[in-house]
Amino acid sequence: MSIKKLSKIQPQSFEFSKDNLQKAEEEIKKYPKDRKASAVMALLYLAQNQNDNWIPLAGIKYVANLLGIPYIQVYEVTTFYSMFNLSPVGKYFVQVCTTTPCMLRGAKKIVDVCKKHISKNQNELSENKTCSWVEVECLGACANAPMMQINQDYFEDLDENKTEEIVQSLLKGKLPAPGSARNRKSTAPEKERKTLLQGKNA
Amino acid sequence: MLKDEDRIFKNLYNDLGWDIDSAINRGDWIHTKDLISKGKEWIIKEIKDSELRGRGGAGFPTGLKLSFAPKNVSTRPHYLVINADESEPGTCKDRDILRFEAQKLIEGCLITSYAIGAHTCYIYIRGEYVREGQRLQEAITQAYNKKFIGKNACDSGWDLDIHIHYGAGAYICGEETALLESLEGKKGLPRLKPPFPALVGLYGCPTIVNNVETIAVVPTILKRGAKWFASLGKPKNTGTKIFCISGDVNSPCNVEEEMGIPLKDLIEKHGGGVIGGWNNLQAVIPGGSSMPLLPKSICETITMDFDSLIKAKSGLGTAGVVVINKDHDIIKCIARIAKFYKHESCGQCTPCREGCGWMWRMLERMADGEGTHKEIDLLYDVTKQIEGHTICAFGEGSAWPVQGLIRHFRKEIEKRSHEEPLVKKKSNIPYLIDQHILEKDNA
Repeated sequence: MSIKKLSKIQPQSFEFSKDNLQKAEEEIKKYPKDRKASAVMALLYLAQNQNDNWIPLAGIKYVANLLGIPYIQVYEVTTFYSMFNLSPVGKYFVQVCTTTPCMLRGAKKIVDVCKKHISKNQNELSENKTCSWVEVECLGACANAPMMQINQDYFEDLDENKTEEIVQSLLKGKLPAPGSARNRKSTAPEKERKTLLQGKNA
Repeated sequence: MLKDEDRIFKNLYNDLGWDIDSAINRGDWIHTKDLISKGKEWIIKEIKDSELRGRGGAGFPTGLKLSFAPKNVSTRPHYLVINADESEPGTCKDRDILRFEAQKLIEGCLITSYAIGAHTCYIYIRGEYVREGQRLQEAITQAYNKKFIGKNACDSGWDLDIHIHYGAGAYICGEETALLESLEGKKGLPRLKPPFPALVGLYGCPTIVNNVETIAVVPTILKRGAKWFASLGKPKNTGTKIFCISGDVNSPCNVEEEMGIPLKDLIEKHGGGVIGGWNNLQAVIPGGSSMPLLPKSICETITMDFDSLIKAKSGLGTAGVVVINKDHDIIKCIARIAKFYKHESCGQCTPCREGCGWMWRMLERMADGEGTHKEIDLLYDVTKQIEGHTICAFGEGSAWPVQGLIRHFRKEIEKRSHEEPLVKKKSNIPYLIDQHILEKDNA
């Protein structure tokens, strides 16, 4: 369980943009008519994306209202799941995986780069207010460790220098191309690949 | 080594293209209608005969699970739910299926849905896999456009809708009943069982929950025959499996291999060997973080299948092989896993919620040389109090890696610990589990 801090500064009101309202209705349609509550997570994602990557209290109430459920139920969901941010994060939100498989391959160095260039502590905005970073648990790309996620993209097969390049680029307001830092092909072995050779040569 | 022609996931590395036309070229969506027309009993019998066991970690026989769904659909609809909430540290196989072999999964969804009488299938994908989810949605749309799913799917007369549902970063939602709770829009707290989801699942309706890899291999099993699948691997541990090799190897990768492949072969042939050579190997976690580690002596001969690993007091789990060499501190490695479980415990059962934190703090202290010999037994006792005393298998998953460490590396912990209890020395240790005994009066 993670402890989440609500932002002290909260916008007065929140409502979906026209576009998002339409998306929300499509999400609700995925579930049986009397089971609208199932769409709560999808709607919270929409709210989070619309509001610079964090969900204000007004957004929680808005979603509850839209689904016809008590707002405490939505609040419970936002605090339970780690991906819902309840206070502002950077425009570039860096999540560094530090669980054992990444740790073995040097995740600490990646964390150190973030500490040095973004902010001393996690969940703090960088000096220019565009970046923040956080240590997270396994992101499910262990064969490409160490790795980090920036907003929606995975950056894999990192090392110290490459991470520094990426972070510097973020601080300048540019999101570099995602994927393997060594241009590796997905999760294929880099050396002496012995399987699916027909495809490799195709 | 398994022949390339016997590999099910030919596009595991995306050499051949992920789009539906490339997938059809590889043999997906061929004869699907014929397979369905052979009937539910035939499909379930073939899967039973193939001895396919669930690929999500528990290794439950898939055919048996499918047969638990009620034969006739009553007023309550049936659901198929695909568990794509891949979060077990060391595991990254489902991600490749979602990205590169999505049509196999979708075809499997259709056949399985038909077999259990479901018209709606939800794919619960972990929230971090945004790009993979978008890719999967594209694949689903392509399948709809070709009329492979939707109304009268593949001209079989069966209707099927597939929806994606994103999780939001909770490991526990990989547990099937927590996943169902999450699908219903609640916190992911596992349910008490029985009733089992096959009878009372999503929205109280009969629901079959299966892992991505399990469902994705179903079409190939039916097309090539249960006999073919059962001829691979070992009895009761048949077929092929995607292994994820990570950690201290020269060439970390995902690879599809035969069940029962020797662990040493897997690491040396596919993983490029241990960094620093085989003799530099310290331990291997064979099945994702929940499974107890194996020391080098066992790694020499162990084969990678459910039953052999259970005999070695570990488990195949998700087949996420994490290799740890002698350059790393084994206690720190397991302490980090304990921290993972402390972070991910849903908090519903007291032994797990409190115990996971205790285990983590004790292990951190032991790694720093601040533990006492007595505490090793205390730690073992804590694991035993968690294991089997919780609603879901998270309790076992968090306790086993610690038990594995104590079983095989007790000497290492003892070497670093000391006889004198800390309280006598009155040293101020921040991780001490019972802070109150630090106070003079209580000491």
